[in-house]
Amino acid sequence: MDTTAPRPRKRLAIFRTADPVLTPLIKACGYSAILFVIMIFVFLWSEGFAALGEVSLKNLFSARWYPIEEYFGLLPLIGGSLLVTLGAALFAVPIGVLTAVYISEVAPRWMREVLKPVIEILGGLPSVVLGFLGILVLAPFLRKLLDLPTGLTALAGSILLGAISIPTIVSIAEDALDAVPRSYRDASLAIGATRWQTIWRVTLPAARSGVFTAIMLGIGRAIGETMTVMMVSGNAAVLPSGLRALFEPVRTMTATIAAEMGEVATGSVHYHVLFLIGIILFLISLVVNVSASLLIQRKQKRSERVLS
Amino acid sequence: MMKKLGLLVMTLCLCAGLWACAPHAAQGGSSTESPAAVSIQSKGSDTIVNLALAWAEAYQPNHPEVNLSVTGGGTGTGITALISGTTDIANASRQIKAVEIEEGRAKGVDPTETVIALDAIAIIINPNNPVTQLSLQQISDIYAGKIDNWLDVGGEDRPIVRLSRETNSGTHVYFLEKVLRLGDSKSTLLFDPRTLLLPSSEGITTEVRDNPNAIGYDGLGYVTPDVKVVAVSADGVSPAVFPSADTVNAGTYPISRELYVYTNGAPQGEVKKYLDWMLSPEGQAIVLSMGFVPVGE
Repeated sequence: MDTTAPRPRKRLAIFRTADPVLTPLIKACGYSAILFVIMIFVFLWSEGFAALGEVSLKNLFSARWYPIEEYFGLLPLIGGSLLVTLGAALFAVPIGVLTAVYISEVAPRWMREVLKPVIEILGGLPSVVLGFLGILVLAPFLRKLLDLPTGLTALAGSILLGAISIPTIVSIAEDALDAVPRSYRDASLAIGATRWQTIWRVTLPAARSGVFTAIMLGIGRAIGETMTVMMVSGNAAVLPSGLRALFEPVRTMTATIAAEMGEVATGSVHYHVLFLIGIILFLISLVVNVSASLLIQRKQKRSERVLS
Repeated sequence: MMKKLGLLVMTLCLCAGLWACAPHAAQGGSSTESPAAVSIQSKGSDTIVNLALAWAEAYQPNHPEVNLSVTGGGTGTGITALISGTTDIANASRQIKAVEIEEGRAKGVDPTETVIALDAIAIIINPNNPVTQLSLQQISDIYAGKIDNWLDVGGEDRPIVRLSRETNSGTHVYFLEKVLRLGDSKSTLLFDPRTLLLPSSEGITTEVRDNPNAIGYDGLGYVTPDVKVVAVSADGVSPAVFPSADTVNAGTYPISRELYVYTNGAPQGEVKKYLDWMLSPEGQAIVLSMGFVPVGE
């Protein structure tokens, strides 16, 4: 007794003395994320802001991107990114959410144990590998199937980006569905609802905010993806006009930065414009994230009201 | 890219250092160990930088008496460095400008030219495309977007899909100036915006091999046997010529250029030995393996 008693006290003492150090340290780690975001933005701003002074707005808002001759029209690049991302969402959202529903609600336990890791491995696949598949298999296939002039189109980019964002969507949406209390399902089934009614009317709405986060993160993954898109979407800076443009080559903002940053002279106008594109990408993902979290908050309030 | 180059340069320096340290008893009988290795700087054109690196890698192990270092940065950078005396060899994918020569003379530097390799651009199409020859004007019209169908240049009724390297590639700029603008420096003609800009030679070859609508261009040495090379006529009247080491050397193939190195005055000492080796069969074999055309006798 005598020998064991002081031990815990000693440990506590260590924690007590360490506490003034540890707590701020953990706090600092938490705050560092904010600091990094601010630092990155300040960096982008300091490198890219100069472009607004060097290039006329008329040039920046033109439809011609040909930087080595001082044509800095950003519209085709912004349009290209939005088009490819939209196309990716059209593929990834339904497939991703349905897969999550299947894994969480329908699949037997052993199937679930197989599917989830497999999908996570898919998520870890290097995007260059997908790009190669795209060039060698998907693009020729699309060209023949749809009788297009070339298969290197926004559509090819969209399909591969969809494939890249599906694992993100599935993984997070499945977690959200899993977190819905068992009692909800039991109650629904008890009052005579079928399995599908339970899934569509009870489980999915209850997990709505999580599923929505999953979709937003998936889209965020798609818009920031570079390598695959650069390899399969043709990189022709044409201003997309309507959905028809899905079947034509496009050039995205990320591919432009990746293709041109390596060789551009530091401090040149072209260099500053590439950073300006970085700022635009940053702002787009900021808007997506902020609007997503605002929507989620509003929805939570309503569901809380219903449930209470 | 730059990082990779840096690494290569470092590795080269390291190799050189190791070789300098190692005993060279087995080397030729007359070998007199030079106490300090002579360092040779080679700098300039990014078009040539990989060739320059390959040369240095092949030359260095057998020549511990020199320390080679290679950097890119562009032809202008290389020539500026030569004028300011910070490099021994300036690699250039264009001829030196009169202004640059004057600038050099003012500083007591006399840039002297040596042609070290030739660079030809081949126009490639799908093997199933019946077109066999194009004039420079036709190629220019295709890439400028004035011709949109293979029917207009003697092919089948198919849309033309234009493929190009990215704008940062030296080949892209050369093609713009020499082919699209037909060498007219006042022309402001641009690539059709629908031109696909592919990040690698591999991407162009793959698409051309697969797609009967495609037309692309690439350095002659990068052309693989599974694509079809088009004969090019300079003005549509003179006979169309296929690119090859012979036609490029004879100057009959219209889309080719010389690649140069510039030195201060006629090359001397170790620099001369190095340049002579570049022009030797061994050096020119490397030229071929790097996708360029060897200089003829």
